[in-house]
Amino acid sequence: MIRDFVYLRPHTVKEVLDLLEQHKDGYKIICGGQSLLILMRQGLVAPNYLIDIKRIDELNYINFDPKEGLRMGATTTHRAIEKSSLIGEQYPILVDMEENLASIQTRNWGTIGGNLAHADPAGDPGAVLIAMNATARMANKKRERTMPLEEFFLDYFETALEEGELLLEVQVPVAPPKTATAYEKFTIIKNDQAIASVAASVTLANDNVSCKDARIVLGAAAPTPKRAKEAEQLLVGQKLNGGLLDRVAEKASEKAEPVTDIHATEAYRRQLVKALTKKVAKKAWEQAKTLA
Amino acid sequence: MEKQLLHITVNGEYYEIYIKPKRLLVEVLRDELGLTGTKRGCNTAACGACTIILNDMVVKSCSILAMQADDTEIITVEGLADGEKLSPLQRAFLDHGSYQCGFCTSGMLASATVLLKENPKPTKEEIKEGIHGNICRCTGYNSIIRAISAVAEGKYKEEK
Repeated sequence: MIRDFVYLRPHTVKEVLDLLEQHKDGYKIICGGQSLLILMRQGLVAPNYLIDIKRIDELNYINFDPKEGLRMGATTTHRAIEKSSLIGEQYPILVDMEENLASIQTRNWGTIGGNLAHADPAGDPGAVLIAMNATARMANKKRERTMPLEEFFLDYFETALEEGELLLEVQVPVAPPKTATAYEKFTIIKNDQAIASVAASVTLANDNVSCKDARIVLGAAAPTPKRAKEAEQLLVGQKLNGGLLDRVAEKASEKAEPVTDIHATEAYRRQLVKALTKKVAKKAWEQAKTLA
Repeated sequence: MEKQLLHITVNGEYYEIYIKPKRLLVEVLRDELGLTGTKRGCNTAACGACTIILNDMVVKSCSILAMQADDTEIITVEGLADGEKLSPLQRAFLDHGSYQCGFCTSGMLASATVLLKENPKPTKEEIKEGIHGNICRCTGYNSIIRAISAVAEGKYKEEK
């Protein structure tokens, strides 16, 4: 049963920030609420004030600049990202990710900002966007700041957002030349939440055969989306071969901190991380090779 | 807790209702407006039985606060027919036996209606994608897909 709360619907970011400041004693921000309402129904979250930002249109945008990259406002829906021809051209992995995220109904109402601020380590956007070196921009009444999305997630359902602070947008830089990102999640039913997932970005050197840079991010395998930096380092400077990918996958699996729950055991999740790492690293590598 | 005024248009009818802000859209549709065609299934946005059409898009009414639907236009299964005249999809569902217990039907019809509006000639795969968010535990989906295909193929244009 959802506990009663005071419902507030501000119209501008400024009004939101004023309300957050005013109600520091127990607010929760709702946007699409596709995850939050489940927690509220279970009584796990019971705010005194529910601040609805769903209609803050100044945060509902998808902008692309060839130098600056992509900027997605926090209240942009999953469906808008999925259907954006601009994102389809510049960042096709995001469209692919969205098409496999929950149902059309949920994507129609749920938002990218809500997904990230909810900070479920099994969420898809966190891992993919960290692999793409994304940045989060947030503000409170006094100041604005940005941070690498990698540092945004602190623990299960915990973010770096301070009291009074609102996530404004997520920024994705222009990828370096010859860079591709791949993502895959393991689910029992298509589009379910990940039981384990891995995102990988691979940048090839000018020779088109050796790896210049790599980012590997594990989802649903730790309290937050987690970079497997040691596994990344094994790739850098190397040429693609089966043995290399096996070692990278093994290292990523070692660095995972999965739990046992009703969906899978810890050991099973480690195996998944291994299999998925091998698969997505190879996929990203091969895609990068085809890029100019 | 103080009630708040909700303005909402459902199946072409405008309502103003005072509700507690914690009320879910599905509760308001069913309990306040008496539109019980929309079903409440899993309550966790998993099953799709509560799917309705809100401003021309499908959403799960169990996972939206009614206050978030303030000033929107909603179509529920009760609004698909034109008086006594069933919509083409409704007739196709009847002809193809696209339900057994019927619990998923109103949500399925909502998803299928929007699917065909956005993509009038979907492939079988696109139909499957279109109803992905709606679970049916009786039919095995085949009869539902056949019904949607039949409408897409233009077999339900003529009045019966």
